[in-house]
Amino acid sequence: MKSDHHLILRVIAKTLLPLITIYAFYVQFHGEVSAGGAFQAGVVLAVAVILYALIFGLAEAMRAVPPWFARGLAAAGVLIYGGVGVWAMVQGGQYLEYQALFNEPPGGHNGQHTGIILVEIGVLFAVAGAMVSIFYALAGRVAEIRDEDW
Amino acid sequence: MILEPVLTSAPDWAVRHAAVLVVVVPMLLAPLLALSPSNRLAWILTVAGTAAAFWFSLILLAIIQEVPGSAISYALGNWEPPIGIEFRVDALNAMILVLITGMGALASFIAWPTLAAEFKGERLNLLLCAFLLCFAGLAGVAATGDAFNLFVFLEVSSLATYVLVAMGAGKDRRALPAAFSYLVMGTLGASFYVIGIGLLYAATGTLNMADIAEQMPGLSGNRSVQAGLAFILVGLGLKAAMWPLHQWLPNAYAYAPGFVSMFLSATATKVALYSLIRWLFTIFQPDLAFESAVLQWVLAPLAMAAMVICSVQAIFQTDVRRMLAYSSVAQVGYILLAISVGTAAGVSAGLLHLFTHALMKGALFMAVAGICFAYQGSTIRDFAGLGRSAPFTMAAFAIAGLSLIGVPLTAGFISKLQLGYALLDQGWWWAAVVLVFASFLSVIYIGRVLQAVFFEPPLNPRKNNKEAPLLLLIPLWILALVNIFYGIDAGFPAGLAADGAAAALGLGAAQ
Repeated sequence: MKSDHHLILRVIAKTLLPLITIYAFYVQFHGEVSAGGAFQAGVVLAVAVILYALIFGLAEAMRAVPPWFARGLAAAGVLIYGGVGVWAMVQGGQYLEYQALFNEPPGGHNGQHTGIILVEIGVLFAVAGAMVSIFYALAGRVAEIRDEDW
Repeated sequence: MILEPVLTSAPDWAVRHAAVLVVVVPMLLAPLLALSPSNRLAWILTVAGTAAAFWFSLILLAIIQEVPGSAISYALGNWEPPIGIEFRVDALNAMILVLITGMGALASFIAWPTLAAEFKGERLNLLLCAFLLCFAGLAGVAATGDAFNLFVFLEVSSLATYVLVAMGAGKDRRALPAAFSYLVMGTLGASFYVIGIGLLYAATGTLNMADIAEQMPGLSGNRSVQAGLAFILVGLGLKAAMWPLHQWLPNAYAYAPGFVSMFLSATATKVALYSLIRWLFTIFQPDLAFESAVLQWVLAPLAMAAMVICSVQAIFQTDVRRMLAYSSVAQVGYILLAISVGTAAGVSAGLLHLFTHALMKGALFMAVAGICFAYQGSTIRDFAGLGRSAPFTMAAFAIAGLSLIGVPLTAGFISKLQLGYALLDQGWWWAAVVLVFASFLSVIYIGRVLQAVFFEPPLNPRKNNKEAPLLLLIPLWILALVNIFYGIDAGFPAGLAADGAAAALGLGAAQ
């Protein structure tokens, strides 16, 4: 890791990583009013991790974002999305009925805003977690039979 | 009705939200399982989740049976149905839901005894997570009333199924190519289905099934609709293992972990067949000239080919699981033949056979899973002499096998009898002849195994008698006894099938 190979790559990547991450959150939170949304944001967020793994090595990336964390993130995303639906049910509405979240009369928009943002965060988590997990699974795969054994 | 106590004892929230909870509960338990620290906890949650789903589907059935011919409509997010996604449960899918969730509950029960030893590490909770996702996806396909939503749930269940099949690789590496070919074929099927939906959407401008059905009478002769029907038929045919699109099935069932084959054989193709019935009879009406031609000249010949060819292939298998898998393709043929008659009696017979086939194939695969676990082998030679060393497991296997053949006093006899009546009513005596011939073929392939089990000495004398684990024997015998009970008093499943057929054909006619 200490070698000076790819010095330029590393420096550039280091400056790019925060930008990519911020861009992911921009897509996430601007998704309501312009193109893009949580799915794209999740992919962009995962790209930051994948770029880190490509430049600094898989082991480093797995130390920064452990596989169990990626998997947990994906599971948490699904739970957040479904949880909003169950929350609406508990409040007496239909499944995923945002209007029912705070028992507002028609015309109130708090429930709609909260519901959509929570659901989008759920999608972000699920997509980012799944993308990183898939990358780890593919990149970390060790051949079970070595080439010489054939 | 028998189910009244279920309804009166159920709390209000369960009655109101049952249509969506039957999918949501397993769907949300799945990510929890992925985070579960212990295998045993994961298994308990799986059993609880599938049992809860079974309870919800019984509630749904009870509500439907209170008012004959009614349907439960649940608007997701409270968006009105033609625009929003709707879960719509009538007598047809209530029956399918009860079948899937019931078999799923039994399958999850046997997951622990057969798998705990194999997956000592951390992977069992992930396997069970995939199982619950598959379960939720299949329940979703059965519950939804939205054509595109059906595709999404079909993909949820299929993707999980590929994983489940591949998990058999720990025991047998051939599970990996089996899972891969299933993936390729399953994806093809799903794309065909979605192309069909696209064509119909172009013609009708809606994705809600009931709404499409309403517009269908004005669109007879529309090329786009006809092409849509063709694509949907091929797509769902692939998922349902309609001959000759069944190539993925034998290997997938043979090399998947035991409880997975049991669950898939009892539910996966059944759900695809249900969607096929839904599309052919509720949405497209069989009186459209184009469709009746499809039924008679495409579906019926393919069904009969499946019944004969796959039964013959089953005879020549040396592995019991592959034999049962080929037999499954043949049984799909029976069901498709019944559907292709196109009358209420035919659809009812098809649904009844779908129900009883799930019961008997579930029992057979469950017994085989137990034997594979206890004796580490699944060829017919491995089964030799098991009648003496595992009498309880093998007695249940024999009962289910006789039911598969269609011996009187078993459930299989009743459904084949209904099927024969439906064929003869229509004057299709040649199809009835094929039906009887295929049943004789099944005598041969089941007979081969039973002969080895009960009349041949064991290959290598075993030191002790070894049954399948008790946790597997209990659900196995439940299934075996149900097979006999429905053979004597088929009132309950026959009523379900008749109501289901009326619902399938009725919604279109009511427009």
